[in-house]
Amino acid sequence: MFKGIKWLFIGVMATVLLMATVTAGSATELTMYYPVAVGGPLTSVVDGIVDDFMKKNPDITVKAIYAGNYNDARIKALAALKSGQPAQLSVMFSIDIYEMIEQDAIVAFDDVVETAEEKAWLDSFYPALMENGRTAGKTWGIPFQRSTIVMYYNKDAFRAAGLDPDKPPATWDELVAMGKKLTKPDGSQWGAMIPSTGYPYWMFGALTMQNGQVLMNENGDTTYFDHPSVVEALQFWKDMGEKHRIMPKGTIEWGTLRQNFLEGKTAIMWHSTGNLTAVKENAKFDFGVAMLPASKRRGTPTGGGNFYIFKKTSSAERKAAMRLIKFMTSPENSAEWSMKTGYMGVSPAAYETQKLKDYVKGFPYAAVARDQLQYATAELSTYQTGRVRKGLDDAIQATLTGSKTPEAALKEAQAQADRLLKQYR
Amino acid sequence: MPAAILLIAFTHYPTVATVIDSLFSKATAIRPSRFVGVLNYQRMLDDPIFWKVLANNAWFALGTIPTSIALAILMALFVNRSIPGRSLVRMAYFTPTVLPMIAVANIWLFFYTPDIGLIDQIASWFGFSGHNWLGDPTTVLPAIMVMTVWKEAGFFMIFYLAAMQNIPPELEEASQLEGATRWYYFRRVMFPLLMPTTLFVLVNAVLNSFKLVDHLFVLTKGGPDNASNLLLYYIFETAFSYFETHFAAALTVVLLILLSVMALLQFFLLDKRVHYR
Repeated sequence: MFKGIKWLFIGVMATVLLMATVTAGSATELTMYYPVAVGGPLTSVVDGIVDDFMKKNPDITVKAIYAGNYNDARIKALAALKSGQPAQLSVMFSIDIYEMIEQDAIVAFDDVVETAEEKAWLDSFYPALMENGRTAGKTWGIPFQRSTIVMYYNKDAFRAAGLDPDKPPATWDELVAMGKKLTKPDGSQWGAMIPSTGYPYWMFGALTMQNGQVLMNENGDTTYFDHPSVVEALQFWKDMGEKHRIMPKGTIEWGTLRQNFLEGKTAIMWHSTGNLTAVKENAKFDFGVAMLPASKRRGTPTGGGNFYIFKKTSSAERKAAMRLIKFMTSPENSAEWSMKTGYMGVSPAAYETQKLKDYVKGFPYAAVARDQLQYATAELSTYQTGRVRKGLDDAIQATLTGSKTPEAALKEAQAQADRLLKQYR
Repeated sequence: MPAAILLIAFTHYPTVATVIDSLFSKATAIRPSRFVGVLNYQRMLDDPIFWKVLANNAWFALGTIPTSIALAILMALFVNRSIPGRSLVRMAYFTPTVLPMIAVANIWLFFYTPDIGLIDQIASWFGFSGHNWLGDPTTVLPAIMVMTVWKEAGFFMIFYLAAMQNIPPELEEASQLEGATRWYYFRRVMFPLLMPTTLFVLVNAVLNSFKLVDHLFVLTKGGPDNASNLLLYYIFETAFSYFETHFAAALTVVLLILLSVMALLQFFLLDKRVHYR
């Protein structure tokens, strides 16, 4: 009994002492929110890098707060901002940029960087990953946890259908032709599946890019939903189910698609690179990963989270935040992060590090996302992004379930987007 | 007094604040919020999605409430008798209620998965081909209703079971002596005696049909094309995905009015018939 109390007392004293030293030793204190979208042990990875940073920079204390998914992180950051106790920096969805600018919540990195070296650092990342972080001639977000869509395919199913397992479809025509061979008439195996719930606009961004058209302009105030190439892309998506019959009709659930693929119900799936580790660990068959096929060109949107620095910060805090961001996106740490999570390394230099080179040598599929980056474009992001995105999601689902034609659905989505965005032009 | 403070702080004040909020426009750093009167409500009338979710919610309520109440009475009747393994059966009926909605939705997500899901696998034994339950706008809402009934009925059963055990056994003996059939006894004696419980359950069921949206986050996110979107989920989307807190406040006011009107109607219309005289 007394022993318990004694230990409790020692514990409390130790904690107090520890806190005292921490506060005394730090000149700058940073609070950082970060989301984890794919679950799993990623929080410990982030916390590990942050601890490492504090060890090397004893004058800065970082409080890294796990804030749920992307939506939660944005809500928490904005709520903290309104309550007057904001964080200094945060990882948030890359497409939140316009909302953050409109709320006057973030500061552009161009206004924070000072030296020529730091300015060069802004250009050290993959340009495709910067697209979602740049608007109005300024850089607002630095890429951190970023992904793209890739094509997973079942090599055993390819062999069984008499196809070359090392030649995944590279064009839409090949996708349809191979899909027909891979689809079994009794419905036990489909040729391909592209998920159309959860993030339909994201998958659609890949199809439209492949058809040579982006979905919005750089300023985030104009969308091109009713462009003929976009309509054609949606028609193709619909045709895969209804005309070519290589994909189930109706919408395809994002959450259960990986299971469908692992159970052999579909020979090909389009999904986030974030699934790479899970597929690698759970596939009972020989699988491959490839770039998405091309219509007029190859293409995929990027996805994921960027670093933002908030406006309500002192210049000392901004400098400290810059040091933290530079540390976390450094080639070494980015490589480490990529290997542990399946997210991409954010700069070419990350792939030049020895450890990531070795990793890619042993597991070449880890580099597919990087190789595809040269064809990548920004993820759909505009002012009023939630509503604009929902309008497009609804149009896609209405088309796939057969209640509207692609032209009518997309025209409606475009009209709605125009109404919402007019005030920003 | 403490109760009053809590009630004012967490119920009355937020309600009033919501009503006031609903009369203002969306605030941005560039354009501060200003008073716009009933503009948010006018916009709501022109919003096709609002009407869609309202209609969905009406169907959802109609589809779930009578079925789950009927099922609850049936189950309660069944476990009110002395059958072997009675407590086990009671527990089995009650299990869905204990499980968290999010967990339940995750389980049902895999039930409904085309081809590999439980439902399609069972259907395939009988020669039916797979159906995309959650991906087809005509079946998505019924599919969600089935899950909700499954989840709710066990909860209501508990109330009916408690009420049935309060009915004096003499009544049944007396009606048997008079030569009444079991159905007649249920219709003229038992069911009227259960009326207070039915009112309570009905109020709860109506509230729940507007309040329960947890499963939408997992199952459909309101899709495809809003075919399974419900009012409260739309409010959540408006407030936290579109950041239109003032429009969301207006939607909330409508939800509040709907719920209060329905609760009042139930109390006043049914109250006369509730008590056995």
